[in-house]
Amino acid sequence: MDVQKVAELARIRLTDEEAAELAPQLEHILKYVDSLQGLDTGDVSPTAHPHDAAMPLRADIADNPSRRNALQMPAPKTESGLYVVPKVIE
Amino acid sequence: MPFSHLHELKSQLDGGETTASTLAENYLKRIQTHNPTLNAFVHYDDKHVMAQAEASDAHRAKHGPRALEGLPIAIKDIFCSTDSPTTCCSNILKEYVAPYDAHVISLLREAGAVLLGKTNMDEFAMGSSNETSVFGPVRNPWNIDCIPGGSSGGSATAVAAGLAPAALGTDTGGSIRQPAALTGTVGMKPTYGRVSRRGIIAFASSLDQAGPMTRCVRDAALVTSVIAGHDARDATSVADAPVLDWLAACDRKDMKGLRIGKPAEYFIDGMHPEVTKAVDAALETCRDLGAEIVDISLPHTKYAVATYYVIAPSEASANLARYDGVRFGHRCSNPADLSDMYTRTRDEGFGAEVKRRILTGTFALSSGYYDAYYRKAQQVRTLIRRDFEKAFEQVDVIATPTSPMPAFRLDEKTDDPITMYLADIFTIALNLAGLPGLSQPCGVAEGLPVGLQWIAPAWREDVLLSAASAFEDATEWHTRTPDGFDTVGGAA
Repeated sequence: MDVQKVAELARIRLTDEEAAELAPQLEHILKYVDSLQGLDTGDVSPTAHPHDAAMPLRADIADNPSRRNALQMPAPKTESGLYVVPKVIE
Repeated sequence: MPFSHLHELKSQLDGGETTASTLAENYLKRIQTHNPTLNAFVHYDDKHVMAQAEASDAHRAKHGPRALEGLPIAIKDIFCSTDSPTTCCSNILKEYVAPYDAHVISLLREAGAVLLGKTNMDEFAMGSSNETSVFGPVRNPWNIDCIPGGSSGGSATAVAAGLAPAALGTDTGGSIRQPAALTGTVGMKPTYGRVSRRGIIAFASSLDQAGPMTRCVRDAALVTSVIAGHDARDATSVADAPVLDWLAACDRKDMKGLRIGKPAEYFIDGMHPEVTKAVDAALETCRDLGAEIVDISLPHTKYAVATYYVIAPSEASANLARYDGVRFGHRCSNPADLSDMYTRTRDEGFGAEVKRRILTGTFALSSGYYDAYYRKAQQVRTLIRRDFEKAFEQVDVIATPTSPMPAFRLDEKTDDPITMYLADIFTIALNLAGLPGLSQPCGVAEGLPVGLQWIAPAWREDVLLSAASAFEDATEWHTRTPDGFDTVGGAA
Protein backbone atom coordinates (compact mmCIF):
# COMPACT_ATOMS: atom_id res chain seq x y z
CA MET A 1 0.00 0.00 0.00
CA ASP A 2 1.25 3.47 -0.89
CA VAL A 3 0.54 5.12 2.47
CA GLN A 4 1.11 8.68 1.29
CA LYS A 5 -1.26 8.19 -1.63
CA VAL A 6 -4.01 6.85 0.65
CA ALA A 7 -3.34 9.66 3.14
CA GLU A 8 -3.78 12.14 0.32
CA LEU A 9 -7.15 10.57 -0.56
CA ALA A 10 -8.14 10.75 3.12
CA ARG A 11 -6.89 14.37 3.36
CA ILE A 12 -4.60 13.63 6.28
CA ARG A 13 -1.11 15.10 6.27
CA LEU A 14 1.48 12.54 7.28
CA THR A 15 5.14 13.27 7.85
CA ASP A 16 7.50 10.76 6.27
CA GLU A 17 8.26 9.41 9.74
CA GLU A 18 4.55 8.90 10.46
CA ALA A 19 4.07 7.19 7.09
CA ALA A 20 7.04 4.92 7.77
CA GLU A 21 5.61 3.97 11.13
CA LEU A 22 2.08 3.39 9.77
CA ALA A 23 3.10 1.37 6.72
CA PRO A 24 3.93 -1.91 8.50
CA GLN A 25 0.88 -1.56 10.79
CA LEU A 26 -1.46 -1.07 7.82
CA GLU A 27 0.21 -3.93 5.94
CA HIS A 28 -0.36 -6.12 8.98
CA ILE A 29 -4.06 -5.16 9.10
CA LEU A 30 -4.47 -5.83 5.37
CA LYS A 31 -2.70 -9.15 5.66
CA TYR A 32 -5.08 -10.07 8.44
CA VAL A 33 -8.22 -9.09 6.51
CA ASP A 34 -6.86 -10.94 3.47
CA SER A 35 -8.01 -14.13 5.21
CA LEU A 36 -11.41 -13.34 3.65
CA GLN A 37 -10.00 -13.91 0.18
CA GLY A 38 -9.80 -17.67 0.72
CA LEU A 39 -13.56 -17.89 1.25
CA ASP A 40 -15.73 -18.70 -1.74
CA THR A 41 -18.48 -16.10 -1.75
CA GLY A 42 -19.56 -16.80 -5.33
CA ASP A 43 -22.98 -15.26 -5.83
CA VAL A 44 -23.66 -14.47 -2.15
CA SER A 45 -25.49 -11.16 -2.00
CA PRO A 46 -23.73 -8.45 0.00
CA THR A 47 -25.24 -7.16 3.26
CA ALA A 48 -25.26 -3.38 3.58
CA HIS A 49 -27.89 -3.19 6.31
CA PRO A 50 -28.54 -5.86 8.95
CA HIS A 51 -32.28 -6.13 8.35
CA ASP A 52 -34.27 -6.50 5.21
CA ALA A 53 -36.76 -3.96 6.51
CA ALA A 54 -37.83 -1.44 3.90
CA MET A 55 -36.64 2.09 4.39
CA PRO A 56 -39.59 3.89 5.93
CA LEU A 57 -40.80 7.11 4.34
CA ARG A 58 -41.98 9.97 6.47
CA ALA A 59 -44.70 12.41 5.58
CA ASP A 60 -43.44 15.24 3.39
CA ILE A 61 -44.06 18.04 5.85
CA ALA A 62 -41.56 20.87 6.24
CA ASP A 63 -40.43 20.96 9.86
CA ASN A 64 -37.01 22.48 9.54
CA PRO A 65 -37.02 25.89 11.11
CA SER A 66 -34.12 28.19 10.33
CA ARG A 67 -31.45 27.53 12.92
CA ARG A 68 -28.53 29.00 11.05
CA ASN A 69 -27.10 30.89 14.00
CA ALA A 70 -27.25 27.92 16.34
CA LEU A 71 -25.86 25.55 13.75
CA GLN A 72 -23.00 27.90 12.88
CA MET A 73 -22.02 28.46 16.51
CA PRO A 74 -19.50 25.59 16.49
CA ALA A 75 -17.89 26.69 13.20
CA PRO A 76 -14.28 27.93 13.36
CA LYS A 77 -14.97 30.95 11.11
CA THR A 78 -18.18 32.46 9.72
CA GLU A 79 -19.17 35.79 8.22
CA SER A 80 -22.65 37.04 7.31
CA GLY A 81 -24.04 33.53 7.76
CA LEU A 82 -21.44 31.95 5.50
CA TYR A 83 -18.55 29.62 6.32
CA VAL A 84 -15.19 31.23 5.67
CA VAL A 85 -12.40 29.09 4.18
CA PRO A 86 -9.05 29.96 2.59
CA LYS A 87 -9.24 31.42 -0.89
CA VAL A 88 -9.95 28.70 -3.47
CA ILE A 89 -9.67 30.62 -6.77
CA GLU A 90 -6.69 32.86 -7.50
CA MET B 1 -25.90 4.05 47.82
CA PRO B 2 -23.21 3.70 46.69
CA PHE B 3 -23.93 0.51 44.76
CA SER B 4 -27.71 0.89 44.58
CA HIS B 5 -29.53 -0.34 41.54
CA LEU B 6 -31.56 2.04 39.44
CA HIS B 7 -34.86 0.33 40.26
CA GLU B 8 -34.06 0.48 43.99
CA LEU B 9 -33.44 4.21 43.76
CA LYS B 10 -36.68 4.54 41.82
CA SER B 11 -38.59 2.81 44.64
CA GLN B 12 -36.91 5.02 47.24
CA LEU B 13 -37.80 8.14 45.28
CA ASP B 14 -41.36 7.00 44.66
CA GLY B 15 -41.71 6.07 48.34
CA GLY B 16 -40.54 9.51 49.44
CA GLU B 17 -37.46 8.09 51.20
CA THR B 18 -35.07 10.25 49.22
CA THR B 19 -35.08 13.05 46.68
CA ALA B 20 -33.44 13.58 43.33
CA SER B 21 -31.40 16.38 44.89
CA THR B 22 -30.06 14.12 47.63
CA LEU B 23 -29.14 11.42 45.12
CA ALA B 24 -27.45 13.93 42.81
CA GLU B 25 -25.48 15.38 45.71
CA ASN B 26 -24.31 11.93 46.79
CA TYR B 27 -23.24 10.85 43.33
CA LEU B 28 -21.45 14.16 42.73
CA LYS B 29 -19.56 13.63 45.98
CA ARG B 30 -18.52 10.17 44.81
CA ILE B 31 -17.45 11.49 41.42
CA GLN B 32 -15.36 14.24 43.04
CA THR B 33 -13.69 11.70 45.33
CA HIS B 34 -12.98 8.90 42.89
CA ASN B 35 -12.80 10.43 39.43
CA PRO B 36 -9.24 11.74 39.85
CA THR B 37 -8.14 8.08 40.17
CA LEU B 38 -10.53 6.46 37.70
CA ASN B 39 -10.86 9.16 34.99
CA ALA B 40 -14.34 7.88 34.13
CA PHE B 41 -15.95 11.31 33.60
CA VAL B 42 -14.51 13.85 31.18
CA HIS B 43 -17.09 16.62 31.75
CA TYR B 44 -19.46 17.25 34.61
CA ASP B 45 -20.90 20.41 36.06
CA ASP B 46 -22.09 20.23 39.69
CA LYS B 47 -24.39 23.21 39.43
CA HIS B 48 -26.07 21.96 36.30
CA VAL B 49 -26.57 18.48 37.79
CA MET B 50 -28.13 19.99 40.91
CA ALA B 51 -30.37 22.23 38.79
CA GLN B 52 -31.69 19.19 36.89
CA ALA B 53 -32.26 17.33 40.17
CA GLU B 54 -34.14 20.25 41.73
CA ALA B 55 -36.27 20.60 38.61
CA SER B 56 -37.05 16.88 38.83
CA ASP B 57 -38.07 17.14 42.49
CA ALA B 58 -40.31 20.07 41.55
CA HIS B 59 -41.84 18.11 38.67
CA ARG B 60 -42.54 15.16 40.96
CA ALA B 61 -44.19 17.40 43.54
CA LYS B 62 -46.41 19.07 40.96
CA HIS B 63 -47.16 16.37 38.38
CA GLY B 64 -45.97 13.06 39.82
CA PRO B 65 -43.06 10.95 38.58
CA ARG B 66 -42.14 10.13 34.99
CA ALA B 67 -40.42 6.85 34.00
CA LEU B 68 -36.92 7.80 35.20
CA GLU B 69 -37.86 10.71 37.47
CA GLY B 70 -34.83 11.93 39.43
CA LEU B 71 -32.62 9.00 38.46
CA PRO B 72 -28.99 9.91 37.75
CA ILE B 73 -27.52 8.57 34.50
CA ALA B 74 -24.02 9.03 33.05
CA ILE B 75 -23.66 9.56 29.30
CA LYS B 76 -20.85 8.41 27.02
CA ASP B 77 -19.23 11.44 25.39
CA ILE B 78 -20.48 10.36 21.96
CA PHE B 79 -24.09 11.52 22.51
CA CYS B 80 -24.73 15.10 21.42
CA SER B 81 -26.12 17.26 24.21
CA THR B 82 -26.66 20.99 24.22
CA ASP B 83 -25.73 21.57 27.86
CA SER B 84 -22.18 20.22 27.88
CA PRO B 85 -19.31 19.63 25.47
CA THR B 86 -19.55 16.56 23.21
CA THR B 87 -16.00 15.68 22.22
CA CYS B 88 -15.92 11.96 21.37
CA CYS B 89 -12.68 12.20 23.38
CA SER B 90 -10.93 13.59 20.29
CA ASN B 91 -8.83 16.69 19.77
CA ILE B 92 -10.80 17.46 16.64
CA LEU B 93 -13.99 18.04 18.72
CA LYS B 94 -12.36 19.29 21.90
CA GLU B 95 -14.30 22.56 21.99
CA TYR B 96 -17.51 21.26 20.40
CA VAL B 97 -20.90 22.00 21.94
CA ALA B 98 -23.69 20.41 19.88
CA PRO B 99 -26.56 22.61 18.68
CA TYR B 100 -29.09 19.83 19.37
CA ASP B 101 -29.68 16.87 21.69
CA ALA B 102 -29.36 13.30 20.47
CA HIS B 103 -32.81 11.69 20.24
CA VAL B 104 -32.08 9.38 23.18
CA ILE B 105 -30.87 12.32 25.27
CA SER B 106 -34.21 14.06 24.62
CA LEU B 107 -36.01 10.87 25.64
CA LEU B 108 -34.02 10.64 28.90
CA ARG B 109 -34.76 14.30 29.69
CA GLU B 110 -38.46 13.84 28.93
CA ALA B 111 -38.47 10.82 31.28
CA GLY B 112 -37.10 12.97 34.11
CA ALA B 113 -33.57 11.54 34.27
CA VAL B 114 -30.76 13.63 35.75
CA LEU B 115 -27.75 13.56 33.41
CA LEU B 116 -24.62 13.37 35.54
CA GLY B 117 -22.08 14.23 32.86
CA LYS B 118 -20.09 12.81 29.98
CA THR B 119 -17.97 9.70 30.32
CA ASN B 120 -14.58 8.88 28.87
CA MET B 121 -14.26 6.61 25.82
CA ASP B 122 -11.83 5.56 23.14
CA GLU B 123 -11.46 8.34 20.57
CA PHE B 124 -14.50 8.13 18.23
CA ALA B 125 -15.29 4.78 19.93
CA MET B 126 -12.32 3.19 18.17
CA GLY B 127 -10.65 0.94 20.69
CA SER B 128 -11.19 -1.90 23.14
CA SER B 129 -9.30 -0.58 26.16
CA ASN B 130 -10.19 3.12 26.52
CA GLU B 131 -6.53 3.98 25.93
CA THR B 132 -7.06 6.01 22.75
CA SER B 133 -8.98 8.82 24.53
CA VAL B 134 -7.40 12.26 24.28
CA PHE B 135 -8.28 12.65 27.98
CA GLY B 136 -6.14 9.66 28.95
CA PRO B 137 -7.08 6.11 29.89
CA VAL B 138 -9.85 5.05 32.27
CA ARG B 139 -8.90 2.77 35.16
CA ASN B 140 -10.72 -0.41 36.07
CA PRO B 141 -12.02 -0.15 39.66
CA TRP B 142 -11.30 -3.87 40.19
CA ASN B 143 -7.61 -3.18 39.62
CA ILE B 144 -6.54 0.32 38.71
CA ASP B 145 -3.50 -0.97 36.82
CA CYS B 146 -5.93 -2.59 34.37
CA ILE B 147 -8.02 -1.17 31.55
CA PRO B 148 -11.84 -1.21 31.87
CA GLY B 149 -12.35 -2.33 28.27
CA GLY B 150 -13.67 -0.10 25.54
CA SER B 151 -14.82 1.83 23.90
CA SER B 152 -17.47 2.66 26.56
CA GLY B 153 -14.85 2.33 29.32
CA GLY B 154 -15.83 5.47 31.23
CA SER B 155 -19.49 4.43 31.40
CA ALA B 156 -18.50 0.91 32.55
CA THR B 157 -16.16 2.17 35.26
CA ALA B 158 -18.67 4.80 36.42
CA VAL B 159 -21.28 2.10 37.01
CA ALA B 160 -18.84 -0.49 38.41
CA ALA B 161 -17.38 1.95 40.95
CA GLY B 162 -20.79 3.32 41.92
CA LEU B 163 -20.21 6.81 40.50
CA ALA B 164 -23.50 6.41 38.63
CA PRO B 165 -26.26 3.80 38.97
CA ALA B 166 -26.56 3.54 35.18
CA ALA B 167 -24.92 4.86 32.04
CA LEU B 168 -25.45 4.98 28.30
CA GLY B 169 -22.89 3.42 25.99
CA THR B 170 -22.67 2.63 22.30
CA ASP B 171 -21.68 -0.66 20.73
CA THR B 172 -20.24 -0.98 17.22
CA GLY B 173 -18.23 -4.18 17.70
CA GLY B 174 -18.61 -4.86 21.42
CA SER B 175 -18.11 -1.43 22.98
CA ILE B 176 -20.93 -1.91 25.52
CA ARG B 177 -20.61 -5.64 26.22
CA GLN B 178 -16.82 -6.01 26.44
CA PRO B 179 -16.30 -3.20 29.02
CA ALA B 180 -19.39 -4.45 30.91
CA ALA B 181 -17.77 -7.90 31.08
CA LEU B 182 -14.41 -6.50 32.19
CA THR B 183 -15.94 -4.38 34.97
CA GLY B 184 -18.56 -6.83 36.28
CA THR B 185 -21.56 -4.82 35.08
CA VAL B 186 -24.52 -5.52 32.79
CA GLY B 187 -24.43 -4.13 29.26
CA MET B 188 -26.99 -4.60 26.52
CA LYS B 189 -26.73 -3.84 22.82
CA PRO B 190 -30.27 -3.74 21.44
CA THR B 191 -31.18 -4.96 17.96
CA TYR B 192 -29.84 -2.68 15.22
CA GLY B 193 -32.61 -0.20 14.42
CA ARG B 194 -34.18 -0.42 17.90
CA VAL B 195 -32.64 2.80 19.25
CA SER B 196 -32.35 6.00 17.22
CA ARG B 197 -28.83 6.92 16.14
CA ARG B 198 -29.73 10.57 15.54
CA GLY B 199 -27.26 12.78 17.39
CA ILE B 200 -24.91 9.93 18.25
CA ILE B 201 -21.61 10.76 16.62
CA ALA B 202 -21.31 8.18 13.85
CA PHE B 203 -18.48 5.65 13.70
CA ALA B 204 -19.81 2.80 11.49
CA SER B 205 -23.42 3.55 10.61
CA SER B 206 -24.52 0.00 9.76
CA LEU B 207 -23.20 -1.33 13.09
CA ASP B 208 -23.57 1.44 15.73
CA GLN B 209 -26.25 1.00 18.37
CA ALA B 210 -26.77 2.65 21.78
CA GLY B 211 -27.68 0.78 24.94
CA PRO B 212 -27.63 0.72 28.74
CA MET B 213 -24.85 -0.20 31.17
CA THR B 214 -26.18 -1.02 34.63
CA ARG B 215 -25.65 -3.04 37.80
CA CYS B 216 -28.44 -5.55 37.07
CA VAL B 217 -30.59 -6.89 34.26
CA ARG B 218 -33.80 -5.19 35.37
CA ASP B 219 -32.10 -1.79 35.21
CA ALA B 220 -31.01 -2.51 31.64
CA ALA B 221 -34.65 -3.21 30.78
CA LEU B 222 -35.77 -0.03 32.53
CA VAL B 223 -33.37 2.22 30.59
CA THR B 224 -34.00 0.44 27.29
CA SER B 225 -37.75 0.86 27.66
CA VAL B 226 -37.17 4.63 27.67
CA ILE B 227 -34.54 4.99 24.92
CA ALA B 228 -36.00 2.49 22.41
CA GLY B 229 -38.52 3.42 19.77
CA HIS B 230 -38.94 4.65 16.26
CA ASP B 231 -37.47 8.01 15.32
CA ALA B 232 -38.53 9.31 11.92
CA ARG B 233 -35.33 11.37 11.75
CA ASP B 234 -33.12 8.27 11.71
CA ALA B 235 -33.77 6.42 8.44
CA THR B 236 -32.39 3.18 9.91
CA SER B 237 -34.65 3.32 12.96
CA VAL B 238 -37.18 0.56 12.31
CA ALA B 239 -40.79 1.69 12.51
CA ASP B 240 -42.66 -1.58 12.95
CA ALA B 241 -40.28 -3.31 15.37
CA PRO B 242 -42.16 -5.62 17.73
CA VAL B 243 -42.05 -4.28 21.30
CA LEU B 244 -42.49 -6.66 24.20
CA ASP B 245 -42.75 -5.90 27.89
CA TRP B 246 -39.08 -5.92 28.88
CA LEU B 247 -39.66 -5.30 32.58
CA ALA B 248 -42.09 -8.23 32.73
CA ALA B 249 -39.45 -10.35 30.96
CA CYS B 250 -37.18 -9.70 33.97
CA ASP B 251 -39.59 -11.51 36.33
CA ARG B 252 -38.47 -14.87 34.94
CA LYS B 253 -36.92 -17.07 37.63
CA ASP B 254 -36.24 -20.30 35.73
CA MET B 255 -35.18 -21.49 32.30
CA LYS B 256 -37.66 -24.34 31.84
CA GLY B 257 -37.93 -25.23 28.17
CA LEU B 258 -35.24 -22.74 27.12
CA ARG B 259 -32.92 -24.12 24.43
CA ILE B 260 -29.49 -22.49 24.81
CA GLY B 261 -27.03 -22.84 21.94
CA LYS B 262 -23.37 -23.32 22.82
CA PRO B 263 -21.34 -22.52 19.70
CA ALA B 264 -18.12 -24.54 19.39
CA GLU B 265 -16.39 -21.57 17.74
CA TYR B 266 -16.70 -19.48 20.93
CA PHE B 267 -14.89 -21.95 23.17
CA ILE B 268 -11.43 -22.00 21.66
CA ASP B 269 -7.75 -22.55 22.41
CA GLY B 270 -6.01 -19.47 23.70
CA MET B 271 -8.87 -18.38 25.92
CA HIS B 272 -8.03 -17.67 29.52
CA PRO B 273 -8.69 -21.02 31.31
CA GLU B 274 -10.54 -19.33 34.17
CA VAL B 275 -12.87 -17.63 31.66
CA THR B 276 -13.68 -21.01 30.09
CA LYS B 277 -14.26 -22.46 33.55
CA ALA B 278 -16.54 -19.61 34.63
CA VAL B 279 -18.67 -19.79 31.47
CA ASP B 280 -18.91 -23.58 31.62
CA ALA B 281 -20.05 -23.29 35.25
CA ALA B 282 -22.60 -20.66 34.21
CA LEU B 283 -24.01 -23.04 31.59
CA GLU B 284 -24.28 -25.74 34.28
CA THR B 285 -26.32 -23.28 36.36
CA CYS B 286 -28.57 -22.73 33.35
CA ARG B 287 -29.05 -26.48 33.04
CA ASP B 288 -29.99 -26.64 36.73
CA LEU B 289 -32.55 -23.92 36.04
CA GLY B 290 -34.18 -26.14 33.45
CA ALA B 291 -32.45 -25.11 30.23
CA GLU B 292 -31.35 -27.51 27.56
CA ILE B 293 -27.79 -26.86 26.32
CA VAL B 294 -27.47 -27.58 22.60
CA ASP B 295 -24.11 -27.79 20.84
CA ILE B 296 -24.27 -25.62 17.74
CA SER B 297 -21.88 -24.31 15.10
CA LEU B 298 -21.49 -20.80 13.69
CA PRO B 299 -18.94 -21.79 11.04
CA HIS B 300 -18.05 -18.32 9.75
CA THR B 301 -17.17 -16.94 13.18
CA LYS B 302 -13.46 -17.02 12.39
CA TYR B 303 -14.01 -14.45 9.63
CA ALA B 304 -15.92 -11.98 11.81
CA VAL B 305 -12.99 -9.86 13.00
CA ALA B 306 -11.53 -9.55 9.48
CA THR B 307 -14.96 -8.69 8.05
CA TYR B 308 -15.46 -6.07 10.73
CA TYR B 309 -12.03 -4.52 10.13
CA VAL B 310 -13.00 -3.89 6.51
CA ILE B 311 -16.58 -2.71 7.05
CA ALA B 312 -16.13 -0.59 10.18
CA PRO B 313 -13.07 1.38 8.94
CA SER B 314 -14.69 1.85 5.53
CA GLU B 315 -17.80 3.36 7.04
CA ALA B 316 -15.64 5.34 9.47
CA SER B 317 -13.55 6.83 6.68
CA ALA B 318 -16.76 8.11 5.07
CA ASN B 319 -18.32 9.32 8.34
CA LEU B 320 -15.20 11.09 9.53
CA ALA B 321 -14.78 12.96 6.25
CA ARG B 322 -17.04 15.63 7.81
CA TYR B 323 -14.23 16.78 10.13
CA ASP B 324 -12.68 19.19 7.69
CA GLY B 325 -12.29 22.32 9.80
CA VAL B 326 -15.19 24.11 8.09
CA ARG B 327 -18.46 23.61 9.98
CA PHE B 328 -17.36 22.47 13.44
CA GLY B 329 -14.40 21.31 15.43
CA HIS B 330 -10.74 22.09 15.21
CA ARG B 331 -9.16 24.11 12.38
CA CYS B 332 -5.39 24.37 12.04
CA SER B 333 -3.86 27.84 12.35
CA ASN B 334 -2.86 29.94 9.31
CA PRO B 335 -3.74 27.51 6.52
CA ALA B 336 -1.88 28.29 3.28
CA ASP B 337 -4.78 27.09 1.14
CA LEU B 338 -7.84 24.85 1.33
CA SER B 339 -5.94 21.60 0.90
CA ASP B 340 -3.43 22.60 3.56
CA MET B 341 -6.34 23.40 5.88
CA TYR B 342 -7.97 19.98 5.41
CA THR B 343 -4.82 17.91 5.71
CA ARG B 344 -3.27 19.73 8.67
CA THR B 345 -6.60 20.05 10.53
CA ARG B 346 -7.11 16.30 10.26
CA ASP B 347 -3.49 15.47 11.09
CA GLU B 348 -3.65 17.61 14.24
CA GLY B 349 -7.17 16.54 15.18
CA PHE B 350 -7.10 12.75 14.92
CA GLY B 351 -5.12 10.35 17.10
CA ALA B 352 -3.09 7.39 15.84
CA GLU B 353 -5.80 4.70 16.00
CA VAL B 354 -8.38 6.91 14.27
CA LYS B 355 -5.88 7.66 11.50
CA ARG B 356 -5.11 3.95 11.10
CA ARG B 357 -8.80 3.18 10.67
CA ILE B 358 -9.49 6.08 8.31
CA LEU B 359 -6.53 5.02 6.16
CA THR B 360 -7.54 1.35 6.21
CA GLY B 361 -11.08 2.29 5.20
CA THR B 362 -9.98 4.76 2.55
CA PHE B 363 -7.80 2.07 1.03
CA ALA B 364 -10.56 -0.56 1.13
CA LEU B 365 -12.94 1.80 -0.64
CA SER B 366 -10.43 3.14 -3.15
CA SER B 367 -10.66 2.51 -6.86
CA GLY B 368 -9.43 -0.96 -7.79
CA TYR B 369 -9.74 -2.38 -4.26
CA TYR B 370 -13.45 -1.90 -3.51
CA ASP B 371 -14.59 -5.31 -4.80
CA ALA B 372 -11.73 -7.22 -3.22
CA TYR B 373 -12.20 -5.67 0.20
CA TYR B 374 -15.48 -3.87 0.86
CA ARG B 375 -17.79 -5.93 -1.34
CA LYS B 376 -16.11 -9.16 -0.26
CA ALA B 377 -16.56 -8.23 3.41
CA GLN B 378 -20.24 -7.44 2.80
CA GLN B 379 -20.68 -10.88 1.25
CA VAL B 380 -19.03 -12.57 4.23
CA ARG B 381 -21.30 -10.49 6.42
CA THR B 382 -24.23 -12.23 4.74
CA LEU B 383 -22.69 -15.64 5.54
CA ILE B 384 -22.23 -14.65 9.19
CA ARG B 385 -25.84 -13.49 9.35
CA ARG B 386 -27.04 -16.78 7.84
CA ASP B 387 -25.06 -18.75 10.45
CA PHE B 388 -27.16 -17.11 13.16
CA GLU B 389 -30.42 -17.55 11.24
CA LYS B 390 -29.70 -21.25 10.94
CA ALA B 391 -28.71 -21.58 14.60
CA PHE B 392 -31.92 -19.92 15.73
CA GLU B 393 -33.92 -22.63 13.95
CA GLN B 394 -32.52 -24.97 16.62
CA VAL B 395 -32.22 -22.80 19.75
CA ASP B 396 -33.94 -19.83 21.45
CA VAL B 397 -30.81 -18.05 22.58
CA ILE B 398 -27.02 -18.44 22.35
CA ALA B 399 -24.61 -18.21 25.29
CA THR B 400 -20.88 -17.48 24.96
CA PRO B 401 -18.08 -15.79 26.86
CA THR B 402 -18.16 -12.01 26.22
CA SER B 403 -14.38 -11.69 26.14
CA PRO B 404 -11.71 -14.39 25.84
CA MET B 405 -9.79 -12.83 28.74
CA PRO B 406 -10.33 -10.67 31.82
CA ALA B 407 -9.17 -7.03 31.92
CA PHE B 408 -5.56 -6.64 30.82
CA ARG B 409 -2.96 -4.16 31.99
CA LEU B 410 -2.61 -0.66 30.60
CA ASP B 411 -0.17 -0.56 27.65
CA GLU B 412 -0.20 -4.35 27.41
CA LYS B 413 -1.74 -4.46 23.93
CA THR B 414 -1.08 -1.05 22.43
CA ASP B 415 1.91 -2.05 20.26
CA ASP B 416 0.12 -4.19 17.73
CA PRO B 417 -3.34 -3.19 16.47
CA ILE B 418 -4.35 -6.77 15.61
CA THR B 419 -3.78 -8.03 19.17
CA MET B 420 -6.14 -5.31 20.38
CA TYR B 421 -8.69 -6.07 17.64
CA LEU B 422 -8.86 -9.69 18.81
CA ALA B 423 -10.15 -8.54 22.22
CA ASP B 424 -13.54 -8.23 20.45
CA ILE B 425 -13.44 -11.68 18.84
CA PHE B 426 -16.69 -12.82 20.56
CA THR B 427 -18.67 -9.59 20.36
CA ILE B 428 -18.24 -8.50 16.73
CA ALA B 429 -20.30 -11.10 14.87
CA LEU B 430 -23.61 -10.04 16.34
CA ASN B 431 -23.07 -6.41 15.29
CA LEU B 432 -22.49 -7.66 11.75
CA ALA B 433 -25.76 -9.59 11.99
CA GLY B 434 -27.60 -6.72 13.70
CA LEU B 435 -28.67 -8.94 16.63
CA PRO B 436 -29.24 -7.99 20.26
CA GLY B 437 -26.69 -9.09 22.88
CA LEU B 438 -26.26 -8.75 26.61
CA SER B 439 -23.28 -9.30 28.90
CA GLN B 440 -23.66 -10.04 32.60
CA PRO B 441 -21.16 -11.02 35.30
CA CYS B 442 -20.74 -14.79 35.72
CA GLY B 443 -17.47 -15.39 37.55
CA VAL B 444 -13.90 -14.28 38.11
CA ALA B 445 -10.53 -14.85 36.46
CA GLU B 446 -7.41 -13.62 38.23
CA GLY B 447 -9.78 -11.94 40.66
CA LEU B 448 -11.28 -9.87 37.82
CA PRO B 449 -14.86 -10.09 36.51
CA VAL B 450 -15.84 -12.47 33.70
CA GLY B 451 -18.81 -11.80 31.44
CA LEU B 452 -21.43 -14.18 30.04
CA GLN B 453 -22.81 -13.06 26.68
CA TRP B 454 -26.35 -13.82 25.54
CA ILE B 455 -27.32 -13.48 21.87
CA ALA B 456 -30.95 -13.55 20.69
CA PRO B 457 -32.75 -13.32 17.35
CA ALA B 458 -33.51 -9.81 16.07
CA TRP B 459 -36.11 -7.93 18.16
CA ARG B 460 -36.02 -10.56 20.94
CA GLU B 461 -34.42 -8.50 23.71
CA ASP B 462 -37.10 -10.08 25.91
CA VAL B 463 -35.38 -13.47 25.50
CA LEU B 464 -32.02 -11.99 26.55
CA LEU B 465 -33.58 -10.26 29.54
CA SER B 466 -35.50 -13.37 30.70
CA ALA B 467 -32.49 -15.67 30.47
CA ALA B 468 -30.16 -13.15 32.11
CA SER B 469 -32.69 -12.40 34.88
CA ALA B 470 -33.10 -16.08 35.72
CA PHE B 471 -29.32 -16.48 35.82
CA GLU B 472 -28.94 -13.38 37.98
CA ASP B 473 -31.63 -14.61 40.37
CA ALA B 474 -29.77 -17.90 40.83
CA THR B 475 -26.27 -16.43 41.33
CA GLU B 476 -24.49 -13.76 43.36
CA TRP B 477 -21.99 -12.46 40.80
CA HIS B 478 -23.87 -9.22 40.19
CA THR B 479 -23.74 -8.36 43.90
CA ARG B 480 -19.93 -8.24 44.04
CA THR B 481 -18.40 -4.77 44.29
CA PRO B 482 -14.80 -3.60 43.95
CA ASP B 483 -12.92 -2.73 47.16
CA GLY B 484 -12.15 0.85 48.08
CA PHE B 485 -15.25 2.53 46.66
CA ASP B 486 -17.82 1.88 49.37
CA THR B 487 -17.39 4.83 51.72
CA VAL B 488 -18.00 8.33 50.35
CA GLY B 489 -21.62 9.37 49.92
CA GLY B 490 -22.64 6.34 51.99
CA ALA B 491 -25.92 7.60 53.41
CA ALA B 492 -28.67 8.06 50.88
